[in-house]
Amino acid sequence: MSNTRFRLPTITIRDAWSWTWPKLFAIALVLGAWEILYLSEWRPSYVLPGPIETFAALFDMVGTERFWLAVKTTITRAGTGSLLALVIGSIVGIAVARIKPLRLAVGNVITGLQVMPSIAWFPLAILVFGLNEQAILFVVVLGAGPSIANGVIAGIDHVPPAFTRLGRVLGAGPVALYRDIVLPAALPTYVAGLVQGWSFAWRSLMAGELLVIIAETPSLGTTLDFARQMSKVPELIATMIVILLIGMLVDTIFGTISRKIRRDRGLAIDD
Amino acid sequence: MTQAEVMLRTNNVSKSFGPEGAATVALSGVDMTIRAGEFVTIVGASGCGKSTLLNLFAGLDRPSAGTLEVNGKIALMFQEATLLPWLTARGNIELALNYAGVSRKNRDARVAELLEIVRLGEWADKRPHELSGGMRQRVALARCLAQGAQIVLMDEPLGALDAMTRDHLHDEIESIVAAQGLTVVFVTHNMREAVRLGDRVILMGSRPGRVVYEQSVPLKRPRAMDSNDIASRAAELTNRLKAEQGTLQGADS
Ligand SMILES: Nc1ncnc2c1ncn2[C@@H]1O[C@H](COP(=O)(O)OP(=O)(O)OP(=O)(O)O)[C@@H](O)[C@H]1O
Ligand SMILES: [Mg+2]
Repeated sequence: MSNTRFRLPTITIRDAWSWTWPKLFAIALVLGAWEILYLSEWRPSYVLPGPIETFAALFDMVGTERFWLAVKTTITRAGTGSLLALVIGSIVGIAVARIKPLRLAVGNVITGLQVMPSIAWFPLAILVFGLNEQAILFVVVLGAGPSIANGVIAGIDHVPPAFTRLGRVLGAGPVALYRDIVLPAALPTYVAGLVQGWSFAWRSLMAGELLVIIAETPSLGTTLDFARQMSKVPELIATMIVILLIGMLVDTIFGTISRKIRRDRGLAIDD
Repeated sequence: MTQAEVMLRTNNVSKSFGPEGAATVALSGVDMTIRAGEFVTIVGASGCGKSTLLNLFAGLDRPSAGTLEVNGKIALMFQEATLLPWLTARGNIELALNYAGVSRKNRDARVAELLEIVRLGEWADKRPHELSGGMRQRVALARCLAQGAQIVLMDEPLGALDAMTRDHLHDEIESIVAAQGLTVVFVTHNMREAVRLGDRVILMGSRPGRVVYEQSVPLKRPRAMDSNDIASRAAELTNRLKAEQGTLQGADS
């Protein structure tokens, strides 16, 4: 076993818990506020059901096969899109960080893409690809890729010059310098980019599933849309809760990895 | 008697930083020859260009004028420990062994040996931020020795250490250098340390950085840090440095 390579950190239950409980607390607050709103009869209960009715609907929904098909479709899309964004974003990021002319040409474009709301790409994507998976994936990748690429670029830019000088003194070749020094040094910023990339991917995907309805394929987006059309409000809100939970779960995993990496290096944990 | 091979030489080397006109002249007209197996210590006021000179030798920077000769593989121990924070003490040393071409199966034993020399055997699996400043310096020293170079440049390697640890490392460095026939350039602010370790002490002056005085130290080894010979030579160096800085006060024999 060699210790010179970077290894993925191990995560304890305690890490996960200390990251999770504030979120659980926040959920409790929201549920409380919701129940009060419901009891106040601000809107009729067929428009705004209470938490109990909604969770009953959620419970029923979880028992159906269609629900799990929907979750599977959506998660598969999120996974494929994020993975594609990860690969493309990382490669583009490294290329832009390494190659000066490319940086001048593409650096600002990436930041521009990051600022552009990815939902604005959908009309074009639908025309180019049709109402299908590719259109959705295209926008998810465009949503997440720039954050990931920018994370790589910022990470590499901020590698302390002392580390690269050390690499030269130790006799690292260009590949070893990147593998052993530059990339590990850039890792915390890279992971921060991944966290941001994920939230953009998830948002883009939900927008995509609402805009690009592929009728024969149930997804969380279509479930939302059908619930709205049928005025099944408890089901609608239940689906929203599922969307929220999946987003938070993945964010929690990334966040925990990120905190662990920073703690291992004695860096400040800023969130 | 034939003289040993030249390992390091500067010919009228100058180094300035910054734009012309407003440049900082770090080194000016430095001539220095260091031969195989020599242990040379460099002393001089803060900012006189010692680190700059080591960087030039290590090829991290180019001289603005003059030429440089380097005959052999160089290891440089930076003034700051510069350990990689994602690796343990062991990992930092292993990385240097890896680049030095030490085979994987020999690395563990070599790491243990080096950590023993710097008295950090128990701390192998700690990360840099879990170590004290002096411990980090010692890991950097071990890493420097791990590089398997013939020429070793050390920039105030023992600055942050207590007297006992420092004395121990003087002995260790001295014996490793003798056993492996290393050529050493060792920068320090401590005049006694310079005399204790050096075959030759080079005193550098400031503004611009240059060589102002050299003293060979023919004292027999092992030498004791608190011996009178070392004390009187160190005092002489201190006086020279003060004179050079124009701050020598009062009459002194
Ligand atoms: N990269 C740099 N850019 C600009 N100026 C520099 C740079 N490196 C060193 N200098 C200048 O060169 C001079 C010599 O610096 P150097 O670090 O070599 O001093 P030193 O003798 O090692 O001092 P110390 O004993 O405090 O470590 C200083 O005036 C410093 O400001
Ligand atoms: Mg210095």
